[in-house]
Amino acid sequence: MNRFILPVVLFLALAGVLYIGVRHSPNKSTMVSALLGKPAPAFELPVLGDPARKFNSRELAGRPWVINVWGTWCGECRVEHETLLAIAKQNRVPLVGLNWKDDDEAAQQWLAQLGNPYGVVAADREGRTAIDFGVYGAPETFFVDADGIVQYRHVGAMTADVWEREFLSRLPKAAMP
Amino acid sequence: MKRLVLLWLVVSGTAFAVDPTTMPTPELQQRYEEITHGLRCMQCMNNSIADSPVGLASDLRRDVKELLLAGKTDAEIRAYMVQRYGNVILFTPPVSGSSLWVWVLPVIAALGGVFVGVRVVRRRARLVDQDDSVVDTEESPR
Repeated sequence: MNRFILPVVLFLALAGVLYIGVRHSPNKSTMVSALLGKPAPAFELPVLGDPARKFNSRELAGRPWVINVWGTWCGECRVEHETLLAIAKQNRVPLVGLNWKDDDEAAQQWLAQLGNPYGVVAADREGRTAIDFGVYGAPETFFVDADGIVQYRHVGAMTADVWEREFLSRLPKAAMP
Repeated sequence: MKRLVLLWLVVSGTAFAVDPTTMPTPELQQRYEEITHGLRCMQCMNNSIADSPVGLASDLRRDVKELLLAGKTDAEIRAYMVQRYGNVILFTPPVSGSSLWVWVLPVIAALGGVFVGVRVVRRRARLVDQDDSVVDTEESPR
């Protein structure tokens, strides 16, 4: 009996380590943002379709907002577009688009054709703001609370389910209409 | 055939060199290469940003270059990346915090292996000693 204890303990320890490894593997959908609980990076970028105008993220200070990183080159962005339009219709929280490393004309055409769910679209032509947000693949969607803190990041196409569970649930009750 | 393989190796070496960046001094060039080889391309997990052709990797290389030219230290540049992407962007995780066990565990496992190995060998040795005595008595009549 005694001689089984050590192997069993070793086995359980190894199994535990591997389990943790598998659970926390850098899977695209589970990778946690390094920004969680930290202030959202401030940025100022030209507004898509009106480059003379600049959008500054401070304009949204004091209230929760959502930023969605997209590009016309991104397949999953097309997949989630319908959902974003439905979300925009709810009109619960400002939805900012970050048009990442895209072409102005293509982006405007996309919005004209498919509809525009965004209150404002910031054109990140050099990808610097995306890097500040730790974006590694579009689409990504961040929830920023009224204190300017990043509370959640969703990687991949937005779904009605994720929106309700992870985004709407983070809105303060007072902000609801 | 051998020549063909050799030629392929030489040519592909340059074909796969995705990063044409040159730094103003050899010292900066060396630091640039060291840093970019140590940062994970977040879109393609097991490549470094130095040898990944994707857009994000080239943007991150641009940032590394700019930060180096701005006089930042290697540690500051790595901190810049970790702040945005987390420790996962480093191929060498820090020897502190939650990633400490990554470093400690293999040592514990290796020591455990040696311990078990020594015990097994000792026991075998003891068994062989006993066997010898048995064999001796059994063999002598033959």
